[in-house]
Amino acid sequence: MTPAKLDLSPLRRAAAWRPAEYAFWLLPVAAFFLFPKSLALLSQIAITALFCLSLDLILGYAGIVSLGHAAFFGLGAYAAGLMAKYGWGDPLLGLAGAAVMAAAAGFLTSFLVLRGTDLTRLMVTLGVSMMLYEAANKLTDFTGGVDGLQGVDIQPVLGMFSFDLYGKTAYWYSVAILFVMFWLARRLVHSPFGLSLRGIRQNVGRMPAIGAPVNARLVAAYTIGAAYAGIAGALLTQTTQFVSLDVMAFSRSAELLLILVLGGTGSLYGALIGTMVFMAAHHFLSDINPQYWQFWLGAALVLIVLFARDGIMGLLRKLSTRARTSS
Amino acid sequence: MKLTKTLTAAVFALGAALSAQAAEPLKIGLVLPMTGPFAAYGKQIEHGVKLYLERNGDTVAGRKVELIVKDDAPGTAGDVSKRLAQELVVKDNVDILAGFCLTPSAFAVAPLATEAKKPMIIMNAATSAITTKSNYIVRTSMTLPQITAPIATWAAKNGIKKVFTVVADYGPGHDAEGQFKKTFLAAGGEITGEVRVPVRNPDFAPYLQKVKDTKPDAVFIFVPAGEAGIGFMKGFQERGLAQAGIKVIATGDLLDEEVLDAIGDPALGVISSFHYSEAHKSPENLAYVAAYTKAYPKDRPNFMSAGGYDGMHLIAEVLKKTGGDASGDKFIEAAKGMKWTSPRGPVSIDPATRDIVQTVYIRKVTKVGGKLQNVEFDQVNEFKDPGKQ
Repeated sequence: MTPAKLDLSPLRRAAAWRPAEYAFWLLPVAAFFLFPKSLALLSQIAITALFCLSLDLILGYAGIVSLGHAAFFGLGAYAAGLMAKYGWGDPLLGLAGAAVMAAAAGFLTSFLVLRGTDLTRLMVTLGVSMMLYEAANKLTDFTGGVDGLQGVDIQPVLGMFSFDLYGKTAYWYSVAILFVMFWLARRLVHSPFGLSLRGIRQNVGRMPAIGAPVNARLVAAYTIGAAYAGIAGALLTQTTQFVSLDVMAFSRSAELLLILVLGGTGSLYGALIGTMVFMAAHHFLSDINPQYWQFWLGAALVLIVLFARDGIMGLLRKLSTRARTSS
Repeated sequence: MKLTKTLTAAVFALGAALSAQAAEPLKIGLVLPMTGPFAAYGKQIEHGVKLYLERNGDTVAGRKVELIVKDDAPGTAGDVSKRLAQELVVKDNVDILAGFCLTPSAFAVAPLATEAKKPMIIMNAATSAITTKSNYIVRTSMTLPQITAPIATWAAKNGIKKVFTVVADYGPGHDAEGQFKKTFLAAGGEITGEVRVPVRNPDFAPYLQKVKDTKPDAVFIFVPAGEAGIGFMKGFQERGLAQAGIKVIATGDLLDEEVLDAIGDPALGVISSFHYSEAHKSPENLAYVAAYTKAYPKDRPNFMSAGGYDGMHLIAEVLKKTGGDASGDKFIEAAKGMKWTSPRGPVSIDPATRDIVQTVYIRKVTKVGGKLQNVEFDQVNEFKDPGKQ
């Protein structure tokens, strides 16, 4: 008996890095030199991008809609914050702790999420995040409640780079973690596992017929997404050295969904580009007009959805095919 | 264009008398929620700051004041406030950080003020411990224990022996409950019961029935200003607690001028303790209210705008004292012990804690000229924050 030979070359071809991608990752380096005084904003863009990537993994790839993803973000933020408060201030250790904590919560709640279809999933995810929010609000002695968690003392990254006023360390640290996590996510979605997730999203009825365990795959994807969100939350805690109850707020989950749709679901770069565009727009508009900026942001979002159906990534893809066919 | 002209004029006028260094603009970064659920607070504080500059000129110790407002909506997200404050320091090079409406934003920014050695003026956030988080913090608003203790003392002295407490179930609610109980029990009062209600959309009916059954002399209520307060007062009226002889006592933020009209007549007769009322009788406040109403006819002056106004007053007076020097250590040294007569009455900065010392008034909601007002009838002079003792 010879084992059946699988031709994996198309998979490998799809997984190869393209020149445009290398160029994309030069952006954070360029941004550092172009906007040396906006590193605080740039770090938060990187962190939100990682958070958005985590939602993309579960929504864009596994097709699980969630309105409560901030629950895992918040869990990670509190895990890292509490670890640092009680003497475990090493940043990388904090990330690991946050990832484990969020993954565990993701794994446990994934069974609830599996039980329904889209609408029930929206409700279940929202419910879970509301419960965690109220729990964090109630446990004032532990989390600081509405006042926020203080005394978060973060040690220097790798014992060498301490967090500074200008946010240089915070920026490189956030970007480095984003890159590593992105690289891992990229490997994941191009793996047979990632393909099976896409298959599940496209036709859930067919996947068992070709021998893919749908539920196990969804549980795994949801858990991984939660871990990613936890790491993003931990990064936010470590770079701001504070945790506010707002990390678990519904508005954070909703805004994240908006960013992902804006960027384009089901493409890792969509999550990154959506975050960059949204947060930059938010920043500039609110600087110009601190009171009514939301109007302009809303107008911009409506226009983008009208003219770029699959988000910014969809638009880019359309433009590139048009350029290719015309040449 | 107009701005450039005024600026040029100011520079020319001062050029002769002052050194080039002193004529540098004084940049103040205001971190406030300008959108979202607390937008009304941010707006009021900004009004206060701007009104001060309008009335007293926008040049302080030879330096033209430049305000940079950053929207830290929702106001409860420390990370957002911290990022904006960091940008103000690093990018906009502000001399002073100010604003800070809610406690998480003040807590999150405090370490930054220490690191950057910038004066940080708290214009609202009321948790007692805030000023202990950085030596560069000065507060011009109030602290929660500071406005809670006087109502407990007053109640115990005025025939209220038994009180039922109803507070919102979150940090400030717990603090108010703790301070009230502490002061009231020490004064010989009795707490007949206590409940904590959800912060959002609480249904007061079951709690009010419970209150009615235990027959206290008064209910002490602390909920976030706005919807919840309105709901409580309406329920209180409907269930006939007032007829049963039960009084309502509260801290004044429940009855601030912005929400008083929305509560309407059910608020009549409620007794509260607070540091600012639009109806405060003093020449300073009369002039202040007139100027405020002229500048912002749609809004009523309240404690938020007073916090902003006094914050700007403090900045201006300190700079006069230091000769235009706003560097952190000099500013704070000069601010300590500063005394002035604010629209709210006499205030000073406690040299030991950098927190505000002020008169706290006991007021009753009364109709004055067809408008609901908190009319002051008793007061505690030079009251320090009891939360730090």
